[in-house]
Amino acid sequence: MIPILGIPPQALFGQLLIGLINGSFYALLSLGLAVIFGLLNIINFTHGAQYMMGAFVAWFLLQYAGLGYWWALLIAPIVVGALGILLERVMLKRLYGLDHLYGLLLTFGLALIIQGLFRNQFGSSGQPYTLPAQLAGGQNLGFMFLPNYRAWVIGFSLTICLATWFVIERTRLGAYLRAATENPTLVQAFGINVPRMITLTYGFGVSLAALAGVMAAPIYQVNPLMGADLIIVVFAVVVIGGMGSILGSIVTGFGLGIIEGLTKVFYPEASNTVIFVIMVLVLLVKPAGLFGRAQ
Amino acid sequence: MEEGASPRLGHQWVAFAVMVTLLVAAPFVVYPVFLMKALCFALFACAFNLLIGYVGLLSFGHATFLGSAGYITAHAAKVWGWGPATAILAGAAAAGVLGLAVGVLAIRRQGIYFAMTTLALAQMIYFFCLQAPFTHGEDGIQAVPRGRLFGLLDLNHTLTLYFVVLAVFLAGFLIIYRAIHSPFGQVLKAIRENEPRAISLGYKADQYKLIAFVVSTLLAGVAGGTKALVFQLASLTDVHWTMSGEVVLMTLLGGLGTVFGPVVGAFLVITLENYLAQLGAWVTVVQGAIFVVCVLTFRRGVVGELARLIRKPL
Amino acid sequence: MLHRFLIALTAVALAAGPSAAEISDGIIKIGVLNDQSSLYADLTGQGSVVAARMAVEDYGAAAKGLKVEIIFADHQNKPDIGSAVARQWYDADKVDVIVDVPNSGVALAVNQITRDKGKAFLVSGAASSDITGKACSPNTVHWTYDTWALANGTGNAIVKTGGDSWFFITADYAFGLALERDVEAVVLKNGGKVLGRVRHPLNNADFSSFLLQAQASKAKIVGLANAGGDTTNAIKQAAEFGLVKGGQNLAGLLVFITDVHALGLPTAQGLIFTETFYWDMNDRTRAFAKKFAERNRGIHPTMIHAGVYASVLHYLKAVEALKSDEGTKVIEKMKATPTDDVLFGKGTIRADGRKIHPAYLFEVKKPNESKGAWDYYKLRATIPAEQAFRPVDQGDCPLVKK
Repeated sequence: MIPILGIPPQALFGQLLIGLINGSFYALLSLGLAVIFGLLNIINFTHGAQYMMGAFVAWFLLQYAGLGYWWALLIAPIVVGALGILLERVMLKRLYGLDHLYGLLLTFGLALIIQGLFRNQFGSSGQPYTLPAQLAGGQNLGFMFLPNYRAWVIGFSLTICLATWFVIERTRLGAYLRAATENPTLVQAFGINVPRMITLTYGFGVSLAALAGVMAAPIYQVNPLMGADLIIVVFAVVVIGGMGSILGSIVTGFGLGIIEGLTKVFYPEASNTVIFVIMVLVLLVKPAGLFGRAQ
Repeated sequence: MEEGASPRLGHQWVAFAVMVTLLVAAPFVVYPVFLMKALCFALFACAFNLLIGYVGLLSFGHATFLGSAGYITAHAAKVWGWGPATAILAGAAAAGVLGLAVGVLAIRRQGIYFAMTTLALAQMIYFFCLQAPFTHGEDGIQAVPRGRLFGLLDLNHTLTLYFVVLAVFLAGFLIIYRAIHSPFGQVLKAIRENEPRAISLGYKADQYKLIAFVVSTLLAGVAGGTKALVFQLASLTDVHWTMSGEVVLMTLLGGLGTVFGPVVGAFLVITLENYLAQLGAWVTVVQGAIFVVCVLTFRRGVVGELARLIRKPL
Repeated sequence: MLHRFLIALTAVALAAGPSAAEISDGIIKIGVLNDQSSLYADLTGQGSVVAARMAVEDYGAAAKGLKVEIIFADHQNKPDIGSAVARQWYDADKVDVIVDVPNSGVALAVNQITRDKGKAFLVSGAASSDITGKACSPNTVHWTYDTWALANGTGNAIVKTGGDSWFFITADYAFGLALERDVEAVVLKNGGKVLGRVRHPLNNADFSSFLLQAQASKAKIVGLANAGGDTTNAIKQAAEFGLVKGGQNLAGLLVFITDVHALGLPTAQGLIFTETFYWDMNDRTRAFAKKFAERNRGIHPTMIHAGVYASVLHYLKAVEALKSDEGTKVIEKMKATPTDDVLFGKGTIRADGRKIHPAYLFEVKKPNESKGAWDYYKLRATIPAEQAFRPVDQGDCPLVKK
């Protein structure tokens, strides 16, 4: 096998593929965050905990109801989304008139509560979750062995991301949403129920997180802290992509995943920090983010 | 412009006297190491409060400055053999330099963006600390010698160490107090209340914010370095984002923007953690619950509510 | 009834005269400090507390008039929490001895504090051979096992059967690094090569990128220098990536029976590793395991639980003989007395604090070879006590006179 840039292709493509998989999660999660921030102007710190809850719901379903992965893909986002809506109605609503920082602090506190409760119950090592049988095994691609499940992750998240983008940017519902972001009072005056739209949007963003959680369950361990460090990386992704830009989050998410994968090959020590370094560079050059609009 | 002698602030000097008396008497009643921990955090919270309470900037990655100062102090004391005073100063200086770098990058953005940028930068520095050989990663820098302060005071003697830490805390506290009640502090207040107007009056808002940021990080660094000497350990916990969350909790619970709030908040949170330590993860749940309750119904915090009761600023 | 018993107890205690007065506060307070909620919770955790309690009961403390109290805390694998608990226990809570402490980083911190305060420290959980090497202390006994014993047992066995090129996946803290260092020394001594290494954070969920690097190195053996949840994760994900199918072999350098239980025999069969205790070795260990499992939710004892039991037992005997619980003196007495208990048999404690007993090379049974749950190991070799641990003069321990 001829080395590319001095690296054997197996290592290069393998890490790139892992990078794409990580990128799928970054994209899904930053998409949810961007949707919520775009309409509610709230930084949903609970996003990581909701991602974790999605994975746990999947685990519960398998463990206690015998319902496998495909059911979980459907049920978990609905369950966690509903919980999110409850949260929005009971707590977030009260903060809309206040400084945005309070929203951040509230969701931060909620994340601590949720993660703490789960950690109490389950300890902080993971629960195992078996791969769905239909996606087990893999293909030997010659330069590496690609597990089928990981290929599915990339494909499915791309589909979801593009579908979300389409709905928001190209449908009437999406148009109302975008209009409500710009000028809620005016849109309300046109007879559109803005508060309900906000609630549903939050629910949707949260269910995206839960969906990512279900997809993560078979490959990462289902453990209470799985979203805790991830959420900060996702914040960086959103800052780089530009808050409120849907396309920006998707492109940045996948792109940064790939860059992280490449860093693991060429300079592994920096792989944890490369996304933050890029964030610093973007902030210096284009503070509103790569795809963002200056506010 | 108020000076301390003005009767309008006399009650603050009363409160200060009460605080000092309690702290001087406390080590004879309460386990001194616990008190020293609370004092270090109280100073850390006061430094943090300078930013959020008086400048309106939520620095969500403030643990960086606590922890990195701790590492530098620990390294200086253990590996370079520096005395405690110089080691702590080295730690604080490192925190200040880091603060300058972070501040320059983060102050470009406002509000939420500022918070998220500080958080992300802090996480970057956490990963650097995780891998840099001198920090020993998960094990931390252990067996840090406390040394003799100025060659005279043996800091291995707990009571001596306590009064040194108390002195450091009071010095930091007074510096912040002075900064708040000075012309500089007045400009900060103006910027927080109406930045465009302050700029139109000729004040370079960004520069003031940056200065406040660096002062805050320097004092957070002093707290971090002192803590490393008290516990003879510098570890990853002090640069992790959960520590950043804790200082926000302390300040929120005590009272954002009050003088004594962070101190009260720090003591409350540390005491709570001590009692709940046996129960493991319940500590995080309780911390989260306090956040939620405070944000929804108790935004002024303990000292804020107290101040409202007596109708005077505390 | 209880009232009378207490009066009798007090009378006995008082009648014992000056001896009782020399035990600090009249109580021997034992602190079990370990991981109760994270990746090492099953192999230490509450099980160690159970083991300590059983040791106190089997020793017959009540009948001998000695008051013994056991408390426990979770150090969450963080040296700052561990050292804060240790400090508070010694300073404010009158604890006389701390036992267990898995996680070598925490153990090293507690080791230092114990030494500074003249108390006693009985390590069962931690592995770093530095505890009886550079960091050896007159207040510490290292029971159960260490990284040198693991390297000597497992490393030797694997290299001699043809595994002469290695790639390490290492947990990036004191234990992982010590284990990697000790195994590498064995590999090189036997003429093997180390083709590469990669470090991962403690309690890591995703090993895919590290496993890819291991596959790319084409080393015959991928050595896992980690423990508990990290090891089981790595083994499971290695299966997902077809590591073994691709012709390489996994070497779990530190595996406990709880890990095998978590993995299941189909995945774990064939794994070879070194341990110093197995519940199914003889009738005495089986009897102990039965009582232990009843009190520990059915989980059978790991060698760490066994170490806690044996070290607490030996400690109490030393305290009784000395009639004092002053840390440094008790440890001295423990070193001067040969050990004997149902779990490790006869043994001794050396000047550097190292407890000596035989080590065993085990292989995990195939599913059809096992008669039921927890019947997992077959014995491949016994390493006699004198050869199982690093020679006393090779550790750079200042306590050892050359």
